[in-house]
Amino acid sequence: MLRIRKAPMLAGALLILVFPWIASRIPAISHYPDLMVFAGVYALITIGLSLLMGYAGQISLGHAAFFGIGAYVSGVLTTQFDVNAWLGMLLGAVAAAAVAVAIGAPSLKLRGHYLAMATLAFGIIINIVFREEARWTGGPDGMVGISGLSVFGYAFDTAGKYYYLVWAIVAAVFLFTVNLIQSPTGRALRAIHASEAASAAMGIPIARYKVIVFTFSAVLAALAGSLYAHYMNFINPATFDLFFSIKLIIMIALGGMHSIWGAIIGAILVAFLSLEWLHYFEEFEIVVYGAILLLVTIFLPEGLAGAPAKLMARMRR
Amino acid sequence: MVKKVAIVFLVCFAICGWTIQPALAEYKVGAIFSVTGGASFLGDPEKKTAEMVVEKINKAGGINGQQVKLIVYDDESDATKCNLLSKKLITQDKVVAVIGPSVSGLSLAVVPVFEKEQTPLISCAASYKIVHNEKTGKPYPWIFKTPQSDSLAVEAIYTQMQKMGISKIAIISVTEAFGASGREELIRLAPAYKIEIVADEKYGPKDTDMMAQLTKIKGLGPQAIINWSVGPSQVTVVRNWRDLGMEKISFFQSHGFGSRKNIELAAGAAEGVFCPLGACNIAELLPAEHAQKQVTTEYMNDYKAKYNEPLSSFGGHAWDAMSLLADALKAVGPDKAKLRAYLETKQGFVGQHGVFNFSADDHNGLTKEAFQMVVVKGKDWALAN
Amino acid sequence: MESFPFVNQLLQFLVTGLTVGAIYAMVAIGFNIIYNVTEIINLAQGEFVMLGGLLMVSTHVSLGLPLLLAFPVTVLGVTLVGILLDRLAIRPIRKPSVMTLIIATVAASIIIKGLAMIIWGKSPYDLPAFSGRTPIDIGGVIIQPQYLWVVGFLVAVAVGLTLFFNRTILGKAMGACADNPDAARLVGINVRHMVLLSFALSAAIGAVAGLTLTPIALMDYDRGAMLAIKGFGAAILGGLGSFPGAILGGLILGLIESLSAGMLDSGYKDAYALIILLAVLFIRPSGILGNLEVSRFKRF
Repeated sequence: MLRIRKAPMLAGALLILVFPWIASRIPAISHYPDLMVFAGVYALITIGLSLLMGYAGQISLGHAAFFGIGAYVSGVLTTQFDVNAWLGMLLGAVAAAAVAVAIGAPSLKLRGHYLAMATLAFGIIINIVFREEARWTGGPDGMVGISGLSVFGYAFDTAGKYYYLVWAIVAAVFLFTVNLIQSPTGRALRAIHASEAASAAMGIPIARYKVIVFTFSAVLAALAGSLYAHYMNFINPATFDLFFSIKLIIMIALGGMHSIWGAIIGAILVAFLSLEWLHYFEEFEIVVYGAILLLVTIFLPEGLAGAPAKLMARMRR
Repeated sequence: MVKKVAIVFLVCFAICGWTIQPALAEYKVGAIFSVTGGASFLGDPEKKTAEMVVEKINKAGGINGQQVKLIVYDDESDATKCNLLSKKLITQDKVVAVIGPSVSGLSLAVVPVFEKEQTPLISCAASYKIVHNEKTGKPYPWIFKTPQSDSLAVEAIYTQMQKMGISKIAIISVTEAFGASGREELIRLAPAYKIEIVADEKYGPKDTDMMAQLTKIKGLGPQAIINWSVGPSQVTVVRNWRDLGMEKISFFQSHGFGSRKNIELAAGAAEGVFCPLGACNIAELLPAEHAQKQVTTEYMNDYKAKYNEPLSSFGGHAWDAMSLLADALKAVGPDKAKLRAYLETKQGFVGQHGVFNFSADDHNGLTKEAFQMVVVKGKDWALAN
Repeated sequence: MESFPFVNQLLQFLVTGLTVGAIYAMVAIGFNIIYNVTEIINLAQGEFVMLGGLLMVSTHVSLGLPLLLAFPVTVLGVTLVGILLDRLAIRPIRKPSVMTLIIATVAASIIIKGLAMIIWGKSPYDLPAFSGRTPIDIGGVIIQPQYLWVVGFLVAVAVGLTLFFNRTILGKAMGACADNPDAARLVGINVRHMVLLSFALSAAIGAVAGLTLTPIALMDYDRGAMLAIKGFGAAILGGLGSFPGAILGGLILGLIESLSAGMLDSGYKDAYALIILLAVLFIRPSGILGNLEVSRFKRF
């Protein structure tokens, strides 16, 4: 997605702004803004992942780990050390960045499936640490009593307020990322994705860019983790496991791998499917989920973000 | 043109249909269980039991003439879903109280929600932290629970060990919440019973065998092993124990073992294994004068008749929760604050897992008598003493 | 209480490690077969193992078929699932990129798991051991007869596949597809059929792993994912595409798990295995027996 048009952005922003008001008027969906908080949290992660996978061409099957690092650092610092929540969030991002560099640098040598396995292994190891270091993390039972977020005394203590907080952050990150893609850095990334040999020949420091993108995606995931922790006031290791990492991949696949819009759409779609809509299928929920994923993969390989383009192409025939 | 008008009408009707809530004469009660996911062994029988209890109540004419409507949601053993569904039950479905969740972690996760919304919650999970606010040292006002705390199971086991003259033990637990809670209590209470723990091993819920951990334990020569897990792994541990020829080391299971199906799956390896169980598991073994004899026998027969499978110990927790709530509704009606006050002072409630005596300081209401020590004999349970 | 000398303990750890490792090796072999022909990783591989176990329970225990009959029926049944996977999930994809194909296999694994949950429910199932449960005691080290079956099947599969790929036309054709699908097509090899065959073969081997594992560790609908991860790890450790690598990787992984559980903190045993895996990858980016040059030419 090379040219970001203004119109869809404004439409999207407007929709996000008025959605809670619309939802409050229709009882059947009045709890949807609550779901959208989680969708927004997921969207923060997928934007970063989309940059990593769609533009830098690197796969990560362990991003739940960074989500968890942000959440647990925020949790531990605020509950055990009385650190200010925003500072804790920043430190969570720093921790994630440090881990990303530590694991990203040696992983540069790895290709394809080997890289996938390495990220998978990394994700599982971090999850085991969350489970085992109960002294800090509360172990499998989880960590309770995590505070909420507030700024200058204004507390984000309802779903409605948190919704606007999260989506404001998503909007900011979206704009930043879009600008990044259109900047020289973004062009360099696209060049690397198209051909590493050619980019290297042109003097682009591939290794550095890959690590930068990986770190950026890790920081976004950590940020999302902190927001999650302060909203739920509770976290446990099961939330940050391999299945969540795969869920993130599914969000990108459904939304569209090469588009930041796709990342957001995918996050919202999977959030609603898994947290709400699929419940109606009861025991068939898992089968339907897999079937939807399969059908989208077969018929809409560019994800839902690519659907309008496909539709236009069809209509032109 | 007609099509467009029709569509507009349909949409209006649909929206009206959504917005108009007819007032029904019924008591709305919510339930959140982990029917699928890692804790389905808890949530599935709990859901079945709750539905069975409500069906029985409604057939008998309901409570105070009102039918009971039970709205059950599956949190799929996921904290995010549990949080969302709790809020949905309270704000959308407007239930008067909720029973569940099935799992300690998830219960702890939603305690803030119920406290904030001032709605009674009767949890079906074991951790004492659910009814104990560490900061105030007292229970959360709106939260109750029916399962015995892990500490009571541990105390039952340790008491039995003292009777058997055991003082040197090894513990092995699963790395999930159920195992971790039990392990914490085992370690915490050991000194009080003069028990020395010489090994503290763990395994994952999907591991194929625990031979390595048991081999290490065998080398340390304890008098007994305590295993804390649920699911297929608790059966595998027993089989491994027997395969390694470790019968001289007494084997104690957690109360998670409470199902005859587990004895069957152990293929004979469970002979002589000890286990603390709530009364509902051994209804037939209880003496006729036992306070819980009648309700447990009834539950056993009802569940078998309706679902064609033996009852599960965990379903009993849901029976206790739902029946308690029904009792409260009958006494004070659908008023959240009144329900809370009633539950807090309920004494002598005969349930599947014990006789409950609640108070302002105790929102669980059970003592270690809520567990009976049983031993597997001849492919079935027998009282250990 | 007789003593249990450390040497015996060590040997016991080895026995367990090799048995579990043999299962991982079989799963890894399954990964390699498909990878060699298609370059994709079939993340539904673990579900084949799960189905093998559960289907065997249905045929042997529920229907009462004798072992010798239940075995081929089960293997054929799971092979059919493998064929369906290729037909319904892989072949329909019009613009096959490796990422899309991997996601397709993830989708397939989700569907298979969901169906298994509906058919068999959530409880675990048991299979009677093939030659009884009397443990063989060799100097204090316990070996369950079923362990020998597991290792035996691994050897049979390894030998069988080696003969198949090196001595038969069909096997050589599959190998040709792996090396260069375009050239293979030019020589008249139907690449699509080879892909189908690779899925069928993988499924069959997965089924064998499942039905030999179930008497030891029970089986439930949820086991597939963990086995797939461990098998994938074993394949990567040994070098993707290499069968000796798969066996080596599987056995090493099993041994590390067993030894670390027995001698170190058992809560971290899975982490130790993965840390070693990462360390190996950082030193040898193509796995122990993998070929670095070859992996550079692969499209992914």
